[in-house]
Amino acid sequence: MTSILATALYKLKKPSIIPGFGLTLAFTLFYLGVIVIIPLSGLFVTAATLNAAQFWQAVTSERVLHAYKISFGLSLAAALINCFFGLILAWILARYRFPFKKIIDAMVDLPFALPTAVAGIALTALYAPHGWVGRYLEPLGIKIAFTPLGILIALLFVGLPFIVRTVEPILQDADRELEEAAISLGATRWQTFCRVIFPGIVPALLTGFAMAFARGLGEYGSVIFIAGNIPKLSEIVPLVIVIKLEQYDYAGATAIACVMLVASFVLLFLINWLQKYRSITSGWKGKA
Amino acid sequence: MRRSPTSESLWMRALLMAVGLGFMAVLVLLPMAAVFAEAFRHGWVAYRNALEDPLALAAVRLTLLVAAIAVPLNVVFGLAASWAIAKFDFIGKRLLITFIDLPFSVSPVISGLIYVLLFGSGSLLGDWLSDHDVQIIFAVPGLVIATMFVTFPFVARELIPLMEEQGTEEEEAAIMLGANGWRTFFSVTLPNIKWGLLYGVLLCNARAMGEFGAVSVVSGHIRGLTNTIPLHVEILYNEYNFVAAFAVASILTLLAVVTLLLKSLIEFKFAPEIRAQKG
Amino acid sequence: MAIEARNICKTFGDFAALDKVDLTVGDGELVALLGPSGSGKTTLLRIIAGLEYADAGRVLIDGVEASRMHARERNVGFVFQHYALFKHMTVFDNVAFGLRVRPRPVRPPPAEITERVMALLKLVHLDKFHDRYPSQLSGGQRQRVALARSLAVEPKLLLLDEPFGALDAKVRKELRRWLRRLHDDIHITSIFVTHDQEEAMEVSDRVVVMNHGRIEQVGTPEQVYHQPTNGFVYDFLGNYNEFVGWKDENGDVHLAEDDLWEAQQQAAPSPVLTSRPHWLSRYPELTNAIRKVIPGLPLPTQAASNRAFAKMTRSQMRALLAERGIPVRVFARPHEMFITKTPDDAHEYIPVDVIHINPAGSLAKIELQRKNGTILQAEVPKTIIDSLAIKRGDHVFVRPKNVRVFE
Repeated sequence: MTSILATALYKLKKPSIIPGFGLTLAFTLFYLGVIVIIPLSGLFVTAATLNAAQFWQAVTSERVLHAYKISFGLSLAAALINCFFGLILAWILARYRFPFKKIIDAMVDLPFALPTAVAGIALTALYAPHGWVGRYLEPLGIKIAFTPLGILIALLFVGLPFIVRTVEPILQDADRELEEAAISLGATRWQTFCRVIFPGIVPALLTGFAMAFARGLGEYGSVIFIAGNIPKLSEIVPLVIVIKLEQYDYAGATAIACVMLVASFVLLFLINWLQKYRSITSGWKGKA
Repeated sequence: MRRSPTSESLWMRALLMAVGLGFMAVLVLLPMAAVFAEAFRHGWVAYRNALEDPLALAAVRLTLLVAAIAVPLNVVFGLAASWAIAKFDFIGKRLLITFIDLPFSVSPVISGLIYVLLFGSGSLLGDWLSDHDVQIIFAVPGLVIATMFVTFPFVARELIPLMEEQGTEEEEAAIMLGANGWRTFFSVTLPNIKWGLLYGVLLCNARAMGEFGAVSVVSGHIRGLTNTIPLHVEILYNEYNFVAAFAVASILTLLAVVTLLLKSLIEFKFAPEIRAQKG
Repeated sequence: MAIEARNICKTFGDFAALDKVDLTVGDGELVALLGPSGSGKTTLLRIIAGLEYADAGRVLIDGVEASRMHARERNVGFVFQHYALFKHMTVFDNVAFGLRVRPRPVRPPPAEITERVMALLKLVHLDKFHDRYPSQLSGGQRQRVALARSLAVEPKLLLLDEPFGALDAKVRKELRRWLRRLHDDIHITSIFVTHDQEEAMEVSDRVVVMNHGRIEQVGTPEQVYHQPTNGFVYDFLGNYNEFVGWKDENGDVHLAEDDLWEAQQQAAPSPVLTSRPHWLSRYPELTNAIRKVIPGLPLPTQAASNRAFAKMTRSQMRALLAERGIPVRVFARPHEMFITKTPDDAHEYIPVDVIHINPAGSLAKIELQRKNGTILQAEVPKTIIDSLAIKRGDHVFVRPKNVRVFE
């Protein structure tokens, strides 16, 4: 009887002589509980106070549907574009040597460290009709600021570091011998990249993509200045939530927030599953 | 010098570098330059005036206050969480890590919203709070807690992989030699993680000072009282006071740049030590 | 395919990996590049493959200048120490890779690719594993897949970089024999790199011994083992015992040690060490011993000379020896050591203690310790051990039967 209990307890937590498990776990759970779990549950509890009809109406009003299209569509597009350029950046940072490389490498993290509001006004300054870049594009008929295109640029800005940072270490650690094997077998450089290198970085690329996408969905500060915020045209979902809050339509705000949270959770679990998958297949070292 | 047999042709390399660096320059470096250019558009005097404005100074003080509370608390959390996760093997570890990553997937607006729903008037705890004359939303405590939500993962995320890689052997050796938990932590673990901890703190701090969305929802925008630097920037910008807005924004930009340069300087100077610590 | 490397030089930063190396490999030969780490053998192999470029010198493949040819054009099969298998591809896809990446005009049709791949997998006895992934195979199996993969493109030259280095001893031996048999079957020109001299000797037609970026000796395994041209080659190929000696004017070599033992010992009341000169005056017969070490030395005839001799310190004695002769290093293989309990006076013997006997095999391996602490190794037929009834802790006498001398 006790051995069954012992086995069960062992499965719960392996015994260890290191102290502090109870204390640290309790504190961690307490902190998470107070800061995260309880408030999040508060959201769902509040949402539950709405009846189904109210809820449905709040999340499917025309304005909100357009906002979903804008947010999801542009976040997806930005994440995809970042996959392409981010991969190139990760490649040159991992493999080439050039002056000021270390500084450029640090600057990749800038969107991560820079406050979103600052990014927002800076991008607007650049791409507004009289802005540094905008003034050249205006005569060509290309408007960036205050249009969905502006939102795209902002989302590109905030999403870039995620791709570069997840792919770069994989490329750096990659085993050159695999590439040597491929070319000794007669493959061209492009074939080597497509058949040998790329399959190895796909999990990392997907992880970065999911992170950039999630960030883009929820992004607020960098987008609202450049967006124009015209309902049904260039309005993102987080802005809709804020507007509803300002109008004291807590029910509406909560309902929409629930939808976004579900999307966030799905992405979150996807990202974590991908990371677990990567660690199980031990990355891509080629020392098979 | 002939290129190695496993690398691309010269023109391909040049093309990749041009595309990659060009993208970086336009997307990332240009906005940064724009901040400073706009801030100094009307010269040094206007810049200084903007920064010396009492409302701006109040915003700076508030930002520092919020960071001074949120960051240390998050550091304690980060240390506790990474200790529990890295040094022990238990069921639900993966789930715990997923929860710690939560703020990265959740919109900052929602991060603020949940506290408004919890503590705002007419809400679940709101009545109880106003009975006891405690103001959370639209006041400093609200700012602190919203900032904590958004930034608590930074330290933990930096420390967990580091401590996992370092393993448990050194701590076990210390315990066997008779040290207690605290002694082991301070003498054995802490020195090993000091660089990771520093990075985590730097990033956590930069983000705490710069958080906008969550704080915006929670703050009520009361000038001089609940406006952090980013919120103040927004107000100035919406009043078309562009130079002042960029001037104040330049403080945070400078902070971000300094944070990154510091990080890479440390990596550069202490690279061998850091590599050794990675076990 | 015959390979010729002429005057190859390669440096990495300050480190000179190869210094004016010349090598010729005939068509169909199986050559081993043998040497310690840092000797340049892997660098040379990679330069031949085209994975590195030499700083100076040329590589000729079948007489054609190949130094500018890219690795993929050289028709070379390369096998890596850590296999370098494509983790995300099955065994079949790995082996088929070289055929599938050929440009369309020369690419064989899928049916033919399948046929060739399965034939190769059968050759390496892995046809049943064709849809497994590398992570599901053992080390020996992975290396066979790597070999099959490199053979799939029908290379004219097979290069192997420490192919069995990452495997355990038994698998290594098996694969070694298997490689030799494979080469006997298909006669492909092959060069492989190893630091294991046993491997080089067992597998190759010719051995190239390298050290510090230079080739020390090239020859058949027989030649490099039994006729080494210098101390390094001798040292690297096989075990040995080393002694200090002197070569006198006649070219005779003598061991000049602290503890030479002479048969006249019984005449002395206490153990004699010939380097203690003050004994000499008292035991004239011992001067004979000295004379054997340094023939031509004037015998001390009178008391005066005796006394002169007697006053010599050990170091003066040695200095005298040094004056008279050239110091040399004397080597003897373990199986060239002769052990006895009763030394005769015709030769110089060294007294030793038996500290370990390893009886496994027909040649017992014995470890002997000298008075000065160094260890000698002897390999002696078991029958001799038994007949002499030698056991651990015994005091015996040993001398090298056959020595090799390097200055």
